[in-house]
Amino acid sequence: MASTDVTRTIEAVWRIESARLIAGIARLVRDVGLAEDLAQEALVAALEQWPESGVPDNPGAWLMATAKHRGIDRLRRAEVHQRKTEELARDAELRAPKEDDLAAAADDPFDDDLLRLIFVACHPVLSTDARVALTLRLLCGLTTREIARAYLSSETTVAQRISRAKRTLSATRVPFEVPARADLRERLAAVLEVVYLIFNEGYYPTAGERLTRHELMAEALRLGRILAELLPGEAEVHGLVALMELQASRTRARIGPSGEPALLLDQDRSRWDWLLVGRGLTALECAYATGGPVGPYTLQAGIAACHARARAPEDTDWARIVALYDGLAELTPSPVVELNRAVAIGMAFGPRAALEIVDRLREEPALDGYHLLPSVRADLLEKLGRLDEARADYERAALLTSNVRQRAALLGRAAACAPQR
Amino acid sequence: MRVVVLIKATERSEAGELPSREVLEQMTTFNEELVKAGVMLAGEGLLPSSRGVRVEFSGGERSVIDGPFAETKELLAGYWVWEVKSMEEAIEWVKRIPNPEGEEAVVEIRRVAEAEDFGDEFTPELREREARLRAQTEGGA
Repeated sequence: MASTDVTRTIEAVWRIESARLIAGIARLVRDVGLAEDLAQEALVAALEQWPESGVPDNPGAWLMATAKHRGIDRLRRAEVHQRKTEELARDAELRAPKEDDLAAAADDPFDDDLLRLIFVACHPVLSTDARVALTLRLLCGLTTREIARAYLSSETTVAQRISRAKRTLSATRVPFEVPARADLRERLAAVLEVVYLIFNEGYYPTAGERLTRHELMAEALRLGRILAELLPGEAEVHGLVALMELQASRTRARIGPSGEPALLLDQDRSRWDWLLVGRGLTALECAYATGGPVGPYTLQAGIAACHARARAPEDTDWARIVALYDGLAELTPSPVVELNRAVAIGMAFGPRAALEIVDRLREEPALDGYHLLPSVRADLLEKLGRLDEARADYERAALLTSNVRQRAALLGRAAACAPQR
Repeated sequence: MRVVVLIKATERSEAGELPSREVLEQMTTFNEELVKAGVMLAGEGLLPSSRGVRVEFSGGERSVIDGPFAETKELLAGYWVWEVKSMEEAIEWVKRIPNPEGEEAVVEIRRVAEAEDFGDEFTPELREREARLRAQTEGGA
């Protein structure tokens, strides 16, 4: 095998094994930063040795053994050894009765390690940006360069963010464990938020030309699917997976024939990814089947499912969507939810009722500068035949979006409202 | 990227021989691994070609031919649909498919065509043409 082939094989092995590798070592050394360093050292060793020796039969086990050896070497060094031994002893005492609290996850100890790693990477002591970067790095096996490219950021910035995050975890002595039952829901919400942020950065890029960044969506979906296996009893995990699968199913259809964005109701539904639609609907059933409380992700997935079940836009069950938005507005009241609820009300009960809500929202400082407010309002005004006002709002919306293609689409609609000559 | 992993038929799969308990157990474990890794999107095993049919097209003619079909190595015994980051990742996973009985077998990995693959070459005109083609072939269903 040529050495470039071996390198690519090693990258693939890294992709498959790195999260479990880091998680397994972190359990040993009780420090995520150190665990990642050791895993990286094992990777470097593989890059040096495998081109000569060939790829071992069980590459994952080889990496784990190598990293663990190095970990033990490090632990033996006096000072570290002393501190870690004490920590290990104290931790073992503290941890013993807590094992019952481990989420009813798995009989497989690797699964527990992975779950711990996820909770640590998304720990509330870290800033959101740090959690996202650390998650992409530790759980998705992305390189600093890949993360920087995805977020249009410099490699140095991302590298610093990651090393600062690792230092924070060490300094605040965040334990390597799954949170206790009492804290699980809250901590899980922080994890799901990170996953959904990653997904959305791919789905709705905040800047730049491209409408989708497929890789980030794929990473978030993968993380979500992994989480659903690790925490099968948590409704919101399935809810988030359902939401992401359903949104991702529309990726292809979101771009019209000439590269312009196609809104949900204008999309060619034959271009939806029906494999993902099916997976999304199944995941939504799983969420309800847990019998757990219905949370915001499940409700949003429910809304997405109403669209997915409609073979044509006019078949959409808007009344049900309004009901789901009512639930969402109750759980997570926000002007953005209210705006979406208004859109649904407009579809279910006509533009006049919706416009009342939207006009109230114009006072809302949180929506100041949010392009969707004038764009929704413009659409309602257009339906009511108030074309001059509609055009003004489309133009306002066009000024507010930073997405070039969206802007072009909005200006197109503004032009369509211009008086006919 | 999405790949379809095609498991080619063998004499035994075509004979309708059920896999041994050991094979079944190992395959179940492997499938669980795929699901846990977030890689598996779908997958099915197929019944032997004796339970299948072919429709052959020739000019305006369509003729239906009942199985079994002769060329075993060209036939399929099952498939997976996976979401992976690279072809290499797919290869790594395929290498891990258990084969406890040391059977001679072939597994083929094919990439699913995605619009992204056309990159910047995929001009608006081409997109439009593709959209029209799709509308024709899928009837907008």
